[in-house]
Amino acid sequence: MIRVRGLHTRFGAQVVHAGVDLDVRKGEVLGLVGGSGAGKSVLLREIVGLMQPSAGRIEVLGQDTSRLSEEERVRLQARWGMLFQDGALFSSLTVLENIQVPLKEHTSLPDDLIAEIARVKIAMVGLPPDSAGKYPAQLSGGMRKRAGLARALALDPEILFLDEPTAGLDPIGAAAFDQLIGSLQKSLGLTVFMVTHDLDSLYAICDRIAVLIDKRLIVGTIRTLLEESHPWIRDYFHGPRGRAAQAAGRAAER
Amino acid sequence: MVERGSLSTAWAGQQWVLSAAGRWDLGAVQGLEPQLRRVDPGRAAASICLDLSGMTALDTAGALLIDRLIARLRGQGHSVAVVGARDDLCTLLKEVRRAVAAAVSAPQPVEPVRPFRDLLERVGHATVTAGREGLALLGFLGLVTVTALRLLRRPGRFRARPFAFHLEQVGLNALGIVGLLSFLIGVVLAYQGADQLRRFGADIFVVNLLGIGVLREIGILMTAIIVAGRSGSAFTAQIGTMKVNQEIDAMRTLGLDPVELLVLPRMLALLVALPLLGVYADIVALAGGAVMAYGYLDITFGQFLRQLQMAVGAGTLFVGLVKAPVFAVVISLVGCYEGMRVTGSAESVGLLTTRSVVISIFLVIVLDAFFSILFSYLGV
Repeated sequence: MIRVRGLHTRFGAQVVHAGVDLDVRKGEVLGLVGGSGAGKSVLLREIVGLMQPSAGRIEVLGQDTSRLSEEERVRLQARWGMLFQDGALFSSLTVLENIQVPLKEHTSLPDDLIAEIARVKIAMVGLPPDSAGKYPAQLSGGMRKRAGLARALALDPEILFLDEPTAGLDPIGAAAFDQLIGSLQKSLGLTVFMVTHDLDSLYAICDRIAVLIDKRLIVGTIRTLLEESHPWIRDYFHGPRGRAAQAAGRAAER
Repeated sequence: MVERGSLSTAWAGQQWVLSAAGRWDLGAVQGLEPQLRRVDPGRAAASICLDLSGMTALDTAGALLIDRLIARLRGQGHSVAVVGARDDLCTLLKEVRRAVAAAVSAPQPVEPVRPFRDLLERVGHATVTAGREGLALLGFLGLVTVTALRLLRRPGRFRARPFAFHLEQVGLNALGIVGLLSFLIGVVLAYQGADQLRRFGADIFVVNLLGIGVLREIGILMTAIIVAGRSGSAFTAQIGTMKVNQEIDAMRTLGLDPVELLVLPRMLALLVALPLLGVYADIVALAGGAVMAYGYLDITFGQFLRQLQMAVGAGTLFVGLVKAPVFAVVISLVGCYEGMRVTGSAESVGLLTTRSVVISIFLVIVLDAFFSILFSYLGV
């Protein structure tokens, strides 16, 4: 679904990525982790085309993103959805209107059907129906994220990009959001690429994990990464928080 | 390319079979929707079999259409059975069914439209809001005054550095725009005045017109309006952004007074800068007028200055400049107050910045009118 080859990113003299390779397979949930400032969000922004890498090749759904005409790019963008950290809802529109935006832009369905699709999405992300008429400022952080997710899912994308989906949520809300993403991923057959800091999310829903470290990616399952000898990865997964999440993950498996 | 979604109908004995095939996704929904609306077995209480075995893909929009179709047919008294759906399609159909049920069960509140009442309500609302805001602004003035008096007792706490910074921002950096606009105003005023006065052969009196007009009114009014647009808005935006970043809250928890730290330096800087800018604007506007008078009426600079000396005295300049500190207080007060009112989102910074400019320009002009009445009452 996503193929990144030999990606380099430089900001002035500062090198962020030096030869990043990544494959995301169809139907999997891939978590991207890394220290603060390691360039996780930059990588995400480059894949969705908000930034240009200094060198390297990015293919999404089999198309090289740097060599698309404007028209092809728009068509490709309709096939993925992105959830920003705080939802990034359009503040002048209600939740319902926010979700209708991509539907109105990319399809020419009748208005009543668009409205109904939007209402279904609102219900699917677990928002109460009366939130449809509310403005983003009237919602809590968790609800804004859910509304942002509903907008990202409006066009039934094949790939869903998530930027720190559980950041800023309380543990209960975060666990519920993980569960929501997991169940939507199954029922809609999504491929999910998420940037996260949340160890619990990694254990709960990620099939594979990519660690951005020393300007490169190390990809593996939780099991293989636990064996990894790199000091940062050891600290990450075997630190006190890592152990707690591991225990919770095991308990959930049982 | 994979086959687009389609629906075919056929009778198989007593059963009416609807066969869905291909991709039922957003791309296909557009074509399918009108067709599905018309689907009808043509007899009452038919037994219908919806065969989804040929369906290769389904998304939420497609599932919604299927759900709608089933609901409509059942509603018309037919019996509907769904067969042949793959497991993953079944999961999605159930998910959509659940979501539709949740969305429909909630009543949609409908606001009745009452044009006259709504208008009245809006006017009333706006009036009350404006009144409250005026009161709050007065309250803020009180707060700033008290803080300033407290500072007077302990002048050591005065922050010289931000004061100097803002003096540069609102004073020095405004010289260009204030000078340019004042010069142009002087030119326009001289030109229009000259055009009229020349008909009476009273060319030279254009100097009187300029002197009194600029010194008493235009010079300081124009300066105040430019500064309100330039610096008042900047005050709101700066303080508002700090509010959004919770910097103001941080100050309070550190025991610092945001009024003392943010509002007073800005207000004092404007108190010093605005009268100076006013004098500067007066001079430049008169220069503009003098250039125009020379070019258009052949009044030399010497004649211009002599006539000016006869037309106006120091009192005229004073009448104009006495308004400057009042305008300065109003502009900085409104700018800082609106900045403090910013809540949460970045959107409100923009909104309140606009408000701040509108309100301060409004107040400047109202106060100017008030001064005119006062002065004519006092016979100045």
